[in-house]
Amino acid sequence: MEEIKTGVYICHCGLNIAGTVNVEEVARYAGTLPNVVVARDYRYMCSDPGQALIKDDIKNLGLNRVVVASCSPRMHEPTFRRACQDAGLNPYLFEHANIREHCSWVHDDRQIATEKAKDLVRAAVRRVFYNEPLEIKERPLNPNVLVVGGGIAGIQAALDIANGEHRVYLVEKEPAIGGHMAQLDRTFPTLDCSECILTPKMTEVGQHPFITLLAYSEVEEVAGSVGNFKVRVKKKARYVDEEKCTGCGVCEEKCPWKVDSEYEVGMGKRGVVYVPFAQAIPHVATIDKERCVYFLKGKCRACEKFCDAKAIDFEQKDEIVELEVGSIILTTGYDVFDSRRIPQYGYGRYDNVLTGLEFERMTCAAGPTGGKVLLKDGRQPESVAIIHCVGSRDENYHEYCSRVCCMYALKYAHLIKENTQAEVYQMYIDMRCFGEGFEEFYRRVCDEGVNFIRGKVAKVTDVALTEGEQGKLAVIAEDTLLGGIIRVPVDMVILCPALEARFGAEDVAKLFTINRRADGFFMERHVKLDPVATATEGVYIAGCCEGPKDIPDTVAQASAAAAKALSVISRGRVVIEPTTAQVNEVLCQACGRCEEICDFHAPKVISKDGLRVSSVDAALCKGCGACAVVCPTGAMSVRHSTREQINGMVEALLEV
Amino acid sequence: MAEFEPKIIAFCCNWCTYAAADIAGTSRIHYPANVRIVRVMCSGMVDPIYILKAFEMGADGVLIAGCHEADCHYLNGPLKCDAMFEKIKRVVNILGLEGERLRREMIAAAEAPVFAELIEEMVKQLKKLGPSPLREGVKV
Ligand SMILES: Cc1cc2nc3c(=O)[nH]c(=O)nc-3n(C[C@H](O)[C@H](O)[C@H](O)COP(=O)(O)OP(=O)(O)OC[C@H]3O[C@@H](n4cnc5c(N)ncnc54)[C@H](O)[C@@H]3O)c2cc1C
Repeated sequence: MEEIKTGVYICHCGLNIAGTVNVEEVARYAGTLPNVVVARDYRYMCSDPGQALIKDDIKNLGLNRVVVASCSPRMHEPTFRRACQDAGLNPYLFEHANIREHCSWVHDDRQIATEKAKDLVRAAVRRVFYNEPLEIKERPLNPNVLVVGGGIAGIQAALDIANGEHRVYLVEKEPAIGGHMAQLDRTFPTLDCSECILTPKMTEVGQHPFITLLAYSEVEEVAGSVGNFKVRVKKKARYVDEEKCTGCGVCEEKCPWKVDSEYEVGMGKRGVVYVPFAQAIPHVATIDKERCVYFLKGKCRACEKFCDAKAIDFEQKDEIVELEVGSIILTTGYDVFDSRRIPQYGYGRYDNVLTGLEFERMTCAAGPTGGKVLLKDGRQPESVAIIHCVGSRDENYHEYCSRVCCMYALKYAHLIKENTQAEVYQMYIDMRCFGEGFEEFYRRVCDEGVNFIRGKVAKVTDVALTEGEQGKLAVIAEDTLLGGIIRVPVDMVILCPALEARFGAEDVAKLFTINRRADGFFMERHVKLDPVATATEGVYIAGCCEGPKDIPDTVAQASAAAAKALSVISRGRVVIEPTTAQVNEVLCQACGRCEEICDFHAPKVISKDGLRVSSVDAALCKGCGACAVVCPTGAMSVRHSTREQINGMVEALLEV
Repeated sequence: MAEFEPKIIAFCCNWCTYAAADIAGTSRIHYPANVRIVRVMCSGMVDPIYILKAFEMGADGVLIAGCHEADCHYLNGPLKCDAMFEKIKRVVNILGLEGERLRREMIAAAEAPVFAELIEEMVKQLKKLGPSPLREGVKV
């Protein structure tokens, strides 16, 4: 066996490590460990000169193992592996000791931290002794992309990729794309109409030769890995033939049954057979089976009688579509916090307490009131209070700021001033107007004579204490600038509820094996430096599924995610992780336990030269190691996570 | 005599608990230095041999921590880990070790404070229990 020559490099990371850990002492100590031929400390190992130290030592001293003790391997393992590779050393002969995140940043006693750093370095030196060079193979990839969620994020990502002439499958669970943006009236800070800027994009999606739109569909199963995902999509039965339906709307007109429209957030009605909204893409009808009298009672079929295109099909079945894609972009958006959860604000009890989304529909010219700001009894309000941070910045609900409410609250103030003579009160905690043109818009609304009251609203009540409160709603708040409790009588209250993680986000995260943050939104690989990638290679996130944000930020993120997917496509190949399971055929008894435990069907007991042995399909293996644990003979192991490597670390950590 | 400082070996899954410990670092959430983290790709990869090796080598406590069921990078790793854990727990009891010395926890990447609190709590508990009866070279 060749002699093992290990080089050890201790990083100061400026003072991040050296401030707590005596790095010179750790380096001196490392130099005394078995098989270590050189041990150095340096200010920034990740810098070019830091990496050059490693490369030069590999060339000049003939190193065949390298250990760097610095930050987390989750941060710089790829950097140092590349440095090794550049100098001709197999990257799997590198080992990383985490003496920053797991040591200098969490302990403050210099001696204790230094001792711990020595232990971690010793363990890494032991582990690397057992590391083996692994062959890195590449395989071709499938250039198709799956986009899940057809809000503005999904629409933008799909168009960016399709305009590069790559196939996009856009899966939307609702009958039409558009998401929340399709429900908005005008958008801050420029007040351009949402419909006017969204409709052309939706139409483009509907007509794009490189986009396959699967609306009213949901992803059921995902297998494979970056470059080669296999996805099963359920296309739910609409009971309307999409090819034949012209979207003329006669069926909806003739449908004798009317229910609350989701699009109008309950402020308008739709038929049980319906086209969700005028600009809906795809522009076809859908029968709401749960509420259709024919499906419930076996009688009606009025829609069928009046459909000239003969598109109604009560026999239609759910359809399974199998897709093959190389990367996946999740754009599943957000839910609006249910304001009923804060009963003291009276939503659901008082007629004239509305949510933001309801107010969007009210000011929309095509909406249920024809764009007029009206009270339930048809009068115009003389005064309106807008309550910020309903469920946001509130430790009882969501601690985070929802980022868009201050701005749409200002937008509402402006629209109310434009449409009515009403007095407007903004009841805010802090005004957060940080984006392009936001501060200017804030100034403009201030100049329009809107009242700003700083303080958290305690309660909305219809119990009048004074003459002036008769027939009105009193908003009770603490004015933190005046330092007292105030009561503001108004005709209408608009709540600004939090944007929250979508119901079912947990299932979506599990389906695509990505993580969620404590607040429930999808977690990015790195908050600052990798904001649209996830823990799973080839799966990207964009828009409000990653956290509350406005349309400009959503679109920017969607384009970023598309660029990530396009860069995978343009490379044309993916690296096959060599860290898969392997069988020692001499030890294997062909018991089949590995086959049983594997969720990816990677190991299979086969006949080989007349002998029964287990064999692992590397393309399917994810390297989770469950098979190695259940293997009774020790025949199964995972490359780069072998028993020698892990036991070696345990031994090294505890032997002094 | 100096106070007894327990040694804890923590097998942490790369995707969740190892990341939680990283975020504890980034957020400067301090915890006792008694723990040594061994990175594994999945909690379901932790072989009973590693646990026995740690106790044999004189560890006072062993922690196996990884993703919650729903977060697993490999679908069902935590369930497989649980099954292994139930078995090894019995063995550990037979060896005469107190059950509290071996812990199995699920800590998501976002739960850095939970990780720090857990280490704090384990150290407290192990100080009460005293050194492992298997220390001093008693072989398994
Ligand atoms: C009251 C209000 C007013 C606002 N006003 C403004 C404004 O004036 N200006 C501004 O810039 N921003 C505004 N916003 C913010 C804006 O709504 C968001 O920035 C934007 O809609 C985010 O788009 P998205 O695509 O990420 O999410 P969404 O719009 O939520 O779209 C997500 C889509 O994914 C689909 N989906 C979800 N789960 C699945 C699944 N499992 N499978 C398939 N499909 C799925 C959904 O049906 C939906 O179509 C406002 C928000 C609110 C609540």
